[in-house]
Amino acid sequence: MSERVTVDEVERVAELAHLELTPEESGHMLHDLNAILDYVAELNELDTHGVAPLAQVSELFSAPGGSGLRVDGRRPSLERAIVLDQAPETDGVFFEVPKVIERQ
Amino acid sequence: MTAETFVQKPKALADLRAEIASGTTRAADLAASYYERIEALNPRLNVYLSLTKERALAQAERVDALAAKGDPLPPLAGIPVGIKDVLVMRGAPATAGSKILEGYRPPYDATVVEKLEAAGAVLLGKLNCDEFAMGSSNENSAYGPVRNPVDTERVPGGSSGGSAAAVAANLAVATLGSDTGGSIRQPASFCGVVGVLPTYGRVSRYGLIAFASSLDRVGPFAGNVRDAATMLSVIAGSDSKDATSSTAPVPDYAAECDRPAEGLRIGVPAEYFGDGLDPEVRAAVERGIESLKAAGCNVKPVKLPLTKYAIPVYYLVATAEASANLARFDGVRYGHRSASSGNLNAMYSNSRDEGFGAEVKRRILLGTYALSAGYYDAYYLKAQQVRRLLAEEFLRAFAEVDAIVTPTAPTAAFKLGEKTGDPLAMYLADIYTVTASLAGICGVTVPCGATESGLPVGMQVLASHLNEGTAFRVARAVEAARE
Repeated sequence: MSERVTVDEVERVAELAHLELTPEESGHMLHDLNAILDYVAELNELDTHGVAPLAQVSELFSAPGGSGLRVDGRRPSLERAIVLDQAPETDGVFFEVPKVIERQ
Repeated sequence: MTAETFVQKPKALADLRAEIASGTTRAADLAASYYERIEALNPRLNVYLSLTKERALAQAERVDALAAKGDPLPPLAGIPVGIKDVLVMRGAPATAGSKILEGYRPPYDATVVEKLEAAGAVLLGKLNCDEFAMGSSNENSAYGPVRNPVDTERVPGGSSGGSAAAVAANLAVATLGSDTGGSIRQPASFCGVVGVLPTYGRVSRYGLIAFASSLDRVGPFAGNVRDAATMLSVIAGSDSKDATSSTAPVPDYAAECDRPAEGLRIGVPAEYFGDGLDPEVRAAVERGIESLKAAGCNVKPVKLPLTKYAIPVYYLVATAEASANLARFDGVRYGHRSASSGNLNAMYSNSRDEGFGAEVKRRILLGTYALSAGYYDAYYLKAQQVRRLLAEEFLRAFAEVDAIVTPTAPTAAFKLGEKTGDPLAMYLADIYTVTASLAGICGVTVPCGATESGLPVGMQVLASHLNEGTAFRVARAVEAARE
């Protein structure tokens, strides 16, 4: 297995993804990511020069009967109380989170 | 613990509906008898994560009232149905198999839930699955694995393991699951039931907890092909709440099952019968192909040489999309928030660290890596380019044949714990299913035989975009030959 990723990179990517890894988890992830990236490197065998990337398969077939876009009109949304009922912390008007800007 | 078997075939949907219409069976009694069976077997199988009894019994009573008046009944009147726990039902738990959504009570119904209830279905509860539908064995559920009703020492497949096992053990007449890379077809094959991958956009995903949005589909499981077809006709169709849903008219798929398969051109790709295919699985699928010949189908080889690139493409595309979709679980609006949330960043990362399991973290990391600066072109863009080549290869094949048949999975159900230490080996359980996921085409998996030790084997019938009817006809021919 080749070293495609370093432990520093795993930690940088974990930070980007808002994941906190223990050193043990980082070690496992390093091993697994290298194994998976080794495997996906097979794709380099294929010449894809000039091939347009396919992001959505819907373009491959068209359905009759309209564009599929709904009317851009106003519709009621969920009630605030119902939504905030699911919040871990709320004052009844807003979602509450820890202070974002710390005073020195 | 010794292996046990809890297999029981549900009664045919049309027969049950007729009993309810005539009053010989009350929908409320039927629901109660299903809840009794669930209470008896769930401790052994771990199929249901939560039950929606109050709502189910109220619906059953509405159906009974209609039947008592002699009013015409909707297509699923009184039919007990289970819902994979990645689909939301108002006020009922929706965990997606994850601790991060423990305690969450969604404030709305998925469109497919609304459609099932409008058709008279009685929704029994929410079914266990791999966390965020990521897995091929149901061992990634934060609430413990589902056991295969055929042999409780074995996995039911995944990620919709609960949905497949519920039908196999008659803990529901039909169920809904979701399929991103094989999550309906592979567990249906492992549990010996019928599973449907509808065309991308055929069924609304409003209310489905997203994993990989360019791949995710919602589809049914049932005990026979016709019942699966009836279920699909109910849940399919356009939805203003899902811009990717197709406006194509919805056929009567059950009627398609009655059309003989005679004269259909069936393609068999050698790439799906190579190294890694279990010999007993191969033999069962080949018997299924023989039965199609006997039914008058024109069976011929087709070439799909890019098949071997499907798993690498899938794991790059699916993880990239998952890393974006799962960013919404941050402890702010719903779900788990860490007790150690001293500052905002600690709140995000500690909530996610405590809430997500190992496989979900692995996929988020791989996806974030594939999308990160410097690697985007080499991994994500490359995967999307190969995805187009794979899809075009299928379109060329479907110019020659009406359907393509393959094994659904390379093996029958494996043992619990057998693959949990090796993520890559687990990914290869999807080797025959990810191709259709990437191409957006539809498919049906139908039991075509069993191994010597009695484990079910499924045959995958693939058809081109929006040609579910053809897949049902072929699957029905395979099923009919074994009756």
